[in-house]
Amino acid sequence: MMVKHEIMKTKQTILEKKVIHSSTYVSGSEAVVKCLLAEGVDVLYGYPGGAIMPVYDALYKYQDKIHHVLTRHEQGATHAAQGYARISGKTGVAIATSGPGATNLITGIADAQIDSTPMVCITGQVPSHLLGSDAFQETDIVGISTPITKWNHQVTKASEIPEVLAKAFYIAKSGRPGPVLIDITKDAQFEKFEFSYKKCESIRSYNPVPKIELSSVKTAAELINAAKRPMIVWGQGVILGEAEQELTAVIEKAGIPSAWTIMGASAIPTSHPLNVGMVGMHGNYAPNVLTNECDVLIAIGMRFDDRVTGRLDAYARQAKIIHFEIDPAEIHKNVKADVAVLGDAKESLKLVLPLLKANSHPEWHQKFKYLYEVEFEKVIDKDLHPTKEGMTMGEVLKEINAQTKGNAAIVSDVGQHQMIACRYANFNKTKSNITSGGLGTMGFSLPAAIGAKMAAPEREVISISGDGGCQMTIQELGTILQSKIAVKVVVLNNEFLGMVRQWQQLFFDKRYASTQMTNPDFITIAKGYFLNAKRVTKREDLAEAVAEMIASKDAYFLEVCVEKEDNVFPMVPAGASVSEIRLT
Amino acid sequence: MEKEKKQYTVSVYTENNIGLLNRISAIFQRRHINIESMNISASEIEGVSRFTILVIVSEVQIKRIIGQIEKQIEVIKAYYHTDEDTIYQVSGMFKIKSDLLFEEGQIQQIIKDSNSRIVAVNKRFFVLEKSGRKQEVEQLHQTLRTFGIMQYVRSGRIAVTKDEMKISEIITGLKN
Repeated sequence: MMVKHEIMKTKQTILEKKVIHSSTYVSGSEAVVKCLLAEGVDVLYGYPGGAIMPVYDALYKYQDKIHHVLTRHEQGATHAAQGYARISGKTGVAIATSGPGATNLITGIADAQIDSTPMVCITGQVPSHLLGSDAFQETDIVGISTPITKWNHQVTKASEIPEVLAKAFYIAKSGRPGPVLIDITKDAQFEKFEFSYKKCESIRSYNPVPKIELSSVKTAAELINAAKRPMIVWGQGVILGEAEQELTAVIEKAGIPSAWTIMGASAIPTSHPLNVGMVGMHGNYAPNVLTNECDVLIAIGMRFDDRVTGRLDAYARQAKIIHFEIDPAEIHKNVKADVAVLGDAKESLKLVLPLLKANSHPEWHQKFKYLYEVEFEKVIDKDLHPTKEGMTMGEVLKEINAQTKGNAAIVSDVGQHQMIACRYANFNKTKSNITSGGLGTMGFSLPAAIGAKMAAPEREVISISGDGGCQMTIQELGTILQSKIAVKVVVLNNEFLGMVRQWQQLFFDKRYASTQMTNPDFITIAKGYFLNAKRVTKREDLAEAVAEMIASKDAYFLEVCVEKEDNVFPMVPAGASVSEIRLT
Repeated sequence: MEKEKKQYTVSVYTENNIGLLNRISAIFQRRHINIESMNISASEIEGVSRFTILVIVSEVQIKRIIGQIEKQIEVIKAYYHTDEDTIYQVSGMFKIKSDLLFEEGQIQQIIKDSNSRIVAVNKRFFVLEKSGRKQEVEQLHQTLRTFGIMQYVRSGRIAVTKDEMKISEIITGLKN
């Protein structure tokens, strides 16, 4: 009897072990999905194909837990993942097959790299025994993506998948975020192994957040306290570091006029009295001019991009520069800092706040007010309250502001409308300005808006693009149709590649080489995708059309035919100093 | 001063990883900087590789490049040094017909004078090795080429620094 009992027990143990065994013994492709779930991924964007089919097969099995959105092009998948990341602060995920699928991701990866967007891209690859043989749909995507990824890696064994994906998510999101690409050979997707997952929390050669030196914080505070004409320029680092409240506290306590780079837009509400607008090529007049008059320039989470600084040797030469920055490679890269506070923006600002004296600088503020009035009279008033027949892009933005009460997330494309959107959109909430800043990727807006709307379904998400940019990714209307995403799409149609045309007018004697557009009937196209769509050609119809769009529970396509040859001002011409900004 | 171009030796301590060479060389390529020489080897620390890269750039440029190199995930630490900061050398190898050793009497004298050594010899050829400054190896090359050289190859620069780089302490300080 004893013996029989023992045999029974052993049998049971074997059985139990088998159960455990079968639940963790999985294929590489299933492991990929399990890793995504472990990282809290609930949606990913992609396009299937031969070398990634095993992962898609696993996604089919897990479709109740993880939502795959089929885009119409892999570039759309990356921009959607970016939009998702930018509005949520989470890591966006894009997936594609080898060869053309992988190379189609490149523009989005480059965009995410230069705009510090956390994104993980997963690509299928030909089986490892075919690597280097010019196999069907083989391309060296790791080699191709190296200079535009924060990290990338090729996996050829299933057992590597958990560790590599854990590293990928850690690297993409930590420190200064960026895109990571993981290439997985097809045999590694099929191979079975014992799965277990451990989140990555550190890598010995990687220090994502430098330790803040208190002495630099103290020196910074002393400089700010002694300043007579201080000015802040903040960038996306404030949003990525979730330092909006800390920045507000610093600004309010020290009474410092504060401007933003295009990537920093919306971190502090547009209506905040100390928010003095955008710096840079098409930024506001006052902060550009006064950059060259301030005595202390406090840069926070920004990188002195050439579109911000204009001519470098004439940029804020009179000012002491304080640079709050997480990435050591950015310190002294373009502009030499007198004080560099290396570290996380939120922590640094927390440390500097108690050291600051309460201040208000009323005379200095008057200068900003005065220059704003100059800009209002020469530019803003004409943009927002035009008296001419043709509609301006500015009045469309004004109408959107009015009807969304500044609560919408504006996803702009690249060009004139982008500058107008960033200049005139009212932002009440952080993470409301989603645009391609560093790379200037036309076609970004429509797919990015899809990702943004999915990450924040409760928010009004409005894609704004031009007639040029919208046609670069217009196929993503198909994604909106299939996945039923209630994105509002506004196309500001001037029948030109407007920004290039503006440059041709100003700097190339109006030789409009290849900037005139013969456009399709956008409304017919939108209706072809079964979307609600309307075209506005007259000012008196604008308000009603915007109202109809905002009221729509579903996606809506609104084309507004605007003046053909309007220009965006102010403008810092290429090679000029920021204080040489032109109003006309 | 900072914009004047000169020769810098870059030392990069890294994890041993496929693809890192590509990442590091891309940093130079992107800035249109020619790599004069590059050597990758083991370092004094087990499992840690060391890149030795020679470039001619300004100090402003080299500082930015170091920043970009250190930004790579698998780079532990990068340094730049002037020639005065380092002890450096290269190595050259010459494959020469054995007959010449007997036919051209001066060759034996050249070997002696140049402090080079014969590392292999057989009936057909012998191999001469010379380590030292690049100019010394190059000078030997010029001298020998008049007799005819079957093969010549020269390594990239390797260098150790006069001052400590404290890389071991950095690694001990790192997590994991």
